[in-house]
Amino acid sequence: MSVVNLPLKEEPVDGRALPLDAAEAQMFRRPSEWRIFWEAFSRDRLAVGAAVLIGLVCLASLLAPVLSPYDPTVGDNSQRLAPIGTPGHLLGLDGQGRDILSRLVWGGQVSLIIALLPVTVASVISVVLGLVAGFFGGKVDMIIMRTLDVFFAFPAVLLAVAIAGVLGPGMLNVMLSITIVLIPYISRVAYMATVTVKSELFVDQARVSGARPSQILFHHILPNTLSPVIVYGSTLVGILIVLGAGLSFLGLGITPPRPDWGIMCSDGRNFLSVAPHVSAVPGIMLILVAMSFNIVGDGLRDALDPKLRK
Amino acid sequence: MLKFLVYRVATIVPVLFGVSVVVFLMMKLIPGDPAEAILGPAATTEKIEMVRKSLGLDQPFYVQYVRWLWKVVQGDFGTSIAVNVPVAQLVWPKFWNTVLLTAGSLVICIVIGLGVGIVSGTRQYSWFDRISMSLTLIVANTPAFWLGLILMVVLALYLGWFPATGMYSMRASQKTFGDLIHHMVLPAITTASVSAAIIARLVRSSFLDVIRKHYITALRAKGLSERDIILRHGMKNALPPIINIVGLQVGYLMGGALFTEVVFSWPGIGLQIYSSIVARDLPVVQAAVLVTTFVFVLVNLGTDVVVAALDPRIRRA
Amino acid sequence: MSDALLEVDDLHTHFHLKNKTVRAVNGVSFAIKRGEIVGIAGESGAGKSVACLSILRLVPSPGRIERGRILFSGEDLLTKSERQMRDLRGQTVSMVFEDPLNSLDPAYTVGSLIGEALILHKGLSKRAARTKAGELLRLVGIPDPERRLDNYAHELSGGMQQRVMIAIALSCDPALLIADNPTTALDVTIQIQILDLVKQLRDRLGMGVLWITHDLGVVAKLCDRVVIMYAGEVMEQGRVYDVLKHPRHPYTRRLIDALPKLGRPDQRLMPIEGRPPDPANLPGGCPFAPRCHRARPECEAGDVPLVETGDGRAVRCLFPEA
Repeated sequence: MSVVNLPLKEEPVDGRALPLDAAEAQMFRRPSEWRIFWEAFSRDRLAVGAAVLIGLVCLASLLAPVLSPYDPTVGDNSQRLAPIGTPGHLLGLDGQGRDILSRLVWGGQVSLIIALLPVTVASVISVVLGLVAGFFGGKVDMIIMRTLDVFFAFPAVLLAVAIAGVLGPGMLNVMLSITIVLIPYISRVAYMATVTVKSELFVDQARVSGARPSQILFHHILPNTLSPVIVYGSTLVGILIVLGAGLSFLGLGITPPRPDWGIMCSDGRNFLSVAPHVSAVPGIMLILVAMSFNIVGDGLRDALDPKLRK
Repeated sequence: MLKFLVYRVATIVPVLFGVSVVVFLMMKLIPGDPAEAILGPAATTEKIEMVRKSLGLDQPFYVQYVRWLWKVVQGDFGTSIAVNVPVAQLVWPKFWNTVLLTAGSLVICIVIGLGVGIVSGTRQYSWFDRISMSLTLIVANTPAFWLGLILMVVLALYLGWFPATGMYSMRASQKTFGDLIHHMVLPAITTASVSAAIIARLVRSSFLDVIRKHYITALRAKGLSERDIILRHGMKNALPPIINIVGLQVGYLMGGALFTEVVFSWPGIGLQIYSSIVARDLPVVQAAVLVTTFVFVLVNLGTDVVVAALDPRIRRA
Repeated sequence: MSDALLEVDDLHTHFHLKNKTVRAVNGVSFAIKRGEIVGIAGESGAGKSVACLSILRLVPSPGRIERGRILFSGEDLLTKSERQMRDLRGQTVSMVFEDPLNSLDPAYTVGSLIGEALILHKGLSKRAARTKAGELLRLVGIPDPERRLDNYAHELSGGMQQRVMIAIALSCDPALLIADNPTTALDVTIQIQILDLVKQLRDRLGMGVLWITHDLGVVAKLCDRVVIMYAGEVMEQGRVYDVLKHPRHPYTRRLIDALPKLGRPDQRLMPIEGRPPDPANLPGGCPFAPRCHRARPECEAGDVPLVETGDGRAVRCLFPEA
């Protein structure tokens, strides 16, 4: 609807804005932010497909007690290392005669949680750190960011392995280690977003109109900080699916006999020449799920970027 | 440029200090009392106290830290609990083995990453571009340890083209360079894979960015050939962010080499960290992390300097 | 037409996108004589920039020159090889762009950017190129040229950046200088300085100039002749004084009327209603007809020819103003 087609109105000399009539009000109403985001995201078919896959995997893992055909910890020694397609065992059996499909489904629980929980916890902590450092600036900023800089100096994988190793085996320790390693990275993203938004004109505008600092913080800065963190976080989950499995592979993660995809790869190491599927299958699962999170992260970024939206 | 150099070097000093503090504190995180760990469950309280005193554990934290730091600076990392030799003796040779592996991986990374990235970036939407972008997406999400296992199965165990483990042949009487390379191929490819994929994607997007810039059209209007434009102007502008990421990848390579070393039994510092963790030989872990991190910090300093040399806009900050 | 430097004859440049064809230039013809400053004026999207890029054959894909001839000193540029074109660019025909900061490679100093063309086309040594670059900076009115040679683009003001671009364009003594809106991003006072500079350079060096703008004020100040473009076609052309004082085409008239005029504080600003047509969906007939107050059914019925009315004047209109 072209503006030029509206009937021209006489402007009052003192420049006071006229109240809009119904037609003009209709023209200026915008759909909500959620709608815009959803429409943009759903246009990216690859991202939607990846999200669906993640959803299915999560669902399957959640329903593991129901879906899993066999007990993942009990082995049938007569059929050890049975190949893929063995009747009754779609993906074969591992070195201890345990059904691989069942272990895969149950393993999803651990592998997904090792990735999702630390990212979530680290994100919450990081957003707080980043907001505080970015918003208050000065000494607070320096102390927080310099401390984080020290952690940045470590190669991330090395630090995760070292902390997990020092703390000892166990799922909680692995997650703690990962969380610690993640905080500097996510904090930096939150910090940069806060600093950028803070310097934007509309924050000055809010200040000038008398908004309280807490209002500015929650109403303006927080929402603009959350989106980059969410995008970054979803990419991180993909990376962590792989890293978490790596830690388990090294024996630093959960304790057997609970399965997860990393331990499954490690279990198959001794049988590589005769039964490579024992290690190969969980790896393929890892690749698929990590890729999906990566793709979803890209999709989120494109959908949330105001410049890319039509 | 010099000012920038001095400034950057000055900033890493506090960081290195901080790193040493963190590594020191990490050891304090260990559950359990070290003296008890050494003496075993049957130790008496007096014996424990004695050992604690001899280890200097009765002193306040900062004293312990300074003592430890002083020794470290002199190259004394303590003694390995598991193997009763000075840690330094254990760690340094392994460190160089990892450096070798990392260097090999870096070469593969850069060659493949740059090559694929530049070709894709300058030929957007071609079949090469589409295939390489799909492949890199998959590889970037592939666990290094899994890839190593697969490569081992196919190329070493099944086809027999490469050795499956180790750095040199056990049987060879002399360690030749060719033998080393032969053993390095699979581990280097494994370690390099994820980074090469990431670098390829980055190079591509960096080039796509640059090619669209207005100054590229202006350069064409000057009569420069496409090749000149890409090599002289495109590269110089596309390179800085790439070099940054390559520097970070070195850190990943050194960390990720850990998985490769475990899979292929490459006697590097990663494997050392792993076996020391399993054996609860934590002084070794401490030393290994410290050394690796120091090198990582220095490498990042190097890449920052190179980037500043290439991009004059950065020097002003 | 022996002193015609450039003759564009029935140029058509189209962009072939996935599901539509954008017809940016549709049958544009004009000529430039040696030493003449010709302006191309029109609204945004009229195809002016694409026409100029077509002259140097720098139209980015998926654009393609579909039809026409571009005669430079009598030779059709569209028949030349890419190598011959590269020889021509920056040396015989050079171009200045709209956004100077982004048109200068930020990784190289101003001096090396100017010298690059000299080294490439004239085979000068680095030292000789640097000396010449300094002279060029002086020529375009940059004070303290020796120091400026080692500056980077982002260290200079907008006006100086544009002068650097002009220096680069002039470095190899071109016969024709093409300028795509180089002064829109600048302050008005700087703009006037640049226009004066270009006029002086033309007087001294005798090159032809093709100047794209959407500001008729610039045309009035700088150009000898003007070509008015709309929706990829030439609507009117002729000597600047004639066209601006006695416009024949209704579109030219509306463009002139849209300019605010000094000394008339009570005037109403008169924008032209409507919008230019979508270049992917051009209607038949005169493209301006939907917005034209003089239009009649015949205007949209079929193609309207460009009619020359003597003295270098031409109008594409069935019912031109007298």
